[in-house]
Amino acid sequence: MIKKKKKLKVSTVILGVIGVALGLLFLSPFYIIIINSFKTKKELFGSVLSFPKVFNLNNYKEAFDRLNYVDAITNSLIITIGGVVVLAIFASMAGWMLERTKTKLSNVILLLFISSMLIPFQAIMLPLVRIMGKIGFLNVGGLIFMYLGFGAALSIFLYHGFVKGIPKELDEASMLDGCNKFKTFWYIIFPLLKPITVTVAILNTVWIWNDFLLPSLVINTPETQTLPLRTFFFFGEYTKQWHLALAGLTLAIIPVIIFYFIAQKHIIKSIAAGSIK
Amino acid sequence: MKKNNLSFWMFVGPILAVFTLVILVPLIFGIYYSFTDWNGIRSSTNWIGFENYVTAFNDPTFFNSFKFTAMFTVVSVVVINCIGFGLALLVTTGMKGNNLLRTIFFMPNLIGGLILGFIWQFIFTQVFAGLGDILHQNWLLGWLSDGTTGFWGLVILMSWQMSGYLMVIYVAALQNIPPELMEAAEIDGATVWQRIKNITFPLVGPAFTVSLFLTLSNSFKLYDQNLSLTAGGPHNSTQMLAMNIYNTAFKFDQMGVAQAKAVVFLIIVGGITLTQVYFSKKNEVEA
Repeated sequence: MIKKKKKLKVSTVILGVIGVALGLLFLSPFYIIIINSFKTKKELFGSVLSFPKVFNLNNYKEAFDRLNYVDAITNSLIITIGGVVVLAIFASMAGWMLERTKTKLSNVILLLFISSMLIPFQAIMLPLVRIMGKIGFLNVGGLIFMYLGFGAALSIFLYHGFVKGIPKELDEASMLDGCNKFKTFWYIIFPLLKPITVTVAILNTVWIWNDFLLPSLVINTPETQTLPLRTFFFFGEYTKQWHLALAGLTLAIIPVIIFYFIAQKHIIKSIAAGSIK
Repeated sequence: MKKNNLSFWMFVGPILAVFTLVILVPLIFGIYYSFTDWNGIRSSTNWIGFENYVTAFNDPTFFNSFKFTAMFTVVSVVVINCIGFGLALLVTTGMKGNNLLRTIFFMPNLIGGLILGFIWQFIFTQVFAGLGDILHQNWLLGWLSDGTTGFWGLVILMSWQMSGYLMVIYVAALQNIPPELMEAAEIDGATVWQRIKNITFPLVGPAFTVSLFLTLSNSFKLYDQNLSLTAGGPHNSTQMLAMNIYNTAFKFDQMGVAQAKAVVFLIIVGGITLTQVYFSKKNEVEA
């Protein structure tokens, strides 16, 4: 018995060491980017591994301006919040109605949504841009409209699954009390969907915030570019000037990291839930 | 009944209409365009049969990018799942600091692929070179300057991004294993490896299906990371399918050919994922 305890301890130490080593390894890219973002061009050219002599903020000032950081973040926020809100509203409505309606048509529509998740974006990208161009949707409003279409399948699927767990008697009681379907949904059902709404909102936030290809095809005025788009063009201009590029990349990461630290538990739970589609 | 019908369409209609316009209509048009001489500018198009498909299959860049994508997918699916599962075992030992480790391992997953690619471009071209100089290791020099280091660079980047994600999925599955089962096996004298092999593996089966599906389709459809890490270079040696389609359309203005490639891409992606889900579901063990 004593022998066994000792053996366990050794394995715990080994596991601990492996854990710390892997943790540091996973963090090292962040560390490298951040320390080098404070160096001058000359200092960075001299060595990428050394610690910066002084933490000068000049790179950040310049990157901040060249990225149009405030504008880019504002655009990303407008588009992300817009997309997340319309998805939560329309997908919850559809998810609830599809679950409560037991007809063939209802099943077919649900299946249509779910099977669309197999379609890779490239398969529809070219005609999509053409069609959206024809109806004047190659702008911020159009982009939010497209996110509603692309996010529909997963969001409806998640809402549909969650509604199964809400007793139907609740709907019926509310109807007997004289509520119509809209009132029943918004006052009785939607508040009960809050946990899954959080999940859907987080999944859509992460996706829309980071999306690059769709906005790059849809947004064609510099003033309305999202953060990933701005980062792409900014990086193209400064590939050979790593000190500025790294400060820009750090700036681009900051909002995500803040979001992660605020809502970490919800995020990890949501991502796990969203993966089991 | 009529009233019910009306409310059905009021709830389902709006999002179904948007979905139809954004996904279904372009899908149908896309398949149609792949059989025409559509060039993106002219509004009239002529039916040309399978000509675009013939052009696509005779295009060596398409075949090379398919080969690269297939190899990358196989390697990254294996590597990412192994690391993800290993991390999951590591953070479920009940040790102090497990939660912090989970937070760290998962973090890269939230950052956009485009930005990740740029970060790793710096690491591979500058930091690796710096380390190689100091340690006199020649293999650290010249990363991303040829197809091989570009390939492994992409594998490393994707492992860093996705293994934390898979860890989360595997952790959820591991925590569902009843502890009594493990204890019973331990009392019966099963070794650690026997326990992992005979209890853990079969019971995380469903999570394995999910993870395989996610890594397969993610790797096969990869675009952002490919663009920002190497942009397909040097000489298209690291160009993946999604980028090949994009370039055919927007660099060479061959819309019809690009659309034919996109249809082939759709069939491959659909085929792989359906087959994979079918086989994994068949092999799953009920917990």
